[in-house]
Amino acid sequence: MKKASAVALLFATLIIFWLLLNGSFAADIVIVGIVTAAVIAFLFRDGLAVFSEFKGTPRALLTALLYIPYFLKELVKSNLHIARVVLTPSLPLNPAIVKVRTRLKSRMGRLILANSITLTPGTLTVELDGEWLYIHWVTAEALDIDAATASIVAGFEKYLEVMYG
Amino acid sequence: MTISGIIGGILMLCGAAFLLLAGIGLVRMPDLFNRIQAGTKATTLGTLLTLAGAACLRPEWTLKLLLIGLFILLTNPISSQVLARAAHRTGTPKTAGTVDRLADDREERP
Repeated sequence: MKKASAVALLFATLIIFWLLLNGSFAADIVIVGIVTAAVIAFLFRDGLAVFSEFKGTPRALLTALLYIPYFLKELVKSNLHIARVVLTPSLPLNPAIVKVRTRLKSRMGRLILANSITLTPGTLTVELDGEWLYIHWVTAEALDIDAATASIVAGFEKYLEVMYG
Repeated sequence: MTISGIIGGILMLCGAAFLLLAGIGLVRMPDLFNRIQAGTKATTLGTLLTLAGAACLRPEWTLKLLLIGLFILLTNPISSQVLARAAHRTGTPKTAGTVDRLADDREERP
């Protein structure tokens, strides 16, 4: 994504946050918000990976929108999964720390991937090391790299690859 | 009692139920990593549902509650991940039988 549009996107996000927090469109509040957001966007013009690494194509935006319901679905599934484990009297655990590999190159893509993995069924990112992620899995189904990658990473990666690459 | 009031109440009740499950999980799970798992997931969804319930009961708060939910979604998994990493680096004991690829790799290239 080009620098100018990244700065514009940062500015727009800051303004929206400011207006949401204030809950008012009075002239003085809007003016203070615009000035502050412009200064911050200028100061961080090449610092924020969230925006500068986002691809910004229409397809990336659409994927970002589709990612939200997919993520929420996984979050609910993860909670029901943990609830079932916790409430079963025998506590059916099979914990393991598995190693998986991601195709994502950007820092931001990897961050969102690691966060999403932490919030989804039975998996918790323990360590990141370049393209390798080490994941604690409550009910491990596969121990080798390829099978674990297909099971944990592939679903999110499909979306994040379009958004961040 | 309005419709939105009833929906809000149900959402908050579900949120409280998930928070309760998180508590039960913390007590029942055998080691630190499994406890973090129970804690992170159930508290995230529990808090989000509680916030959604509050938004139904007090529609004028919706935007602020949305922001709180966003910050929780961003920060909760990061704190869990950092806790788990710190625990692993300091050698917190794991349940017997846990396969640990990370420890294997650490031994190979210290």
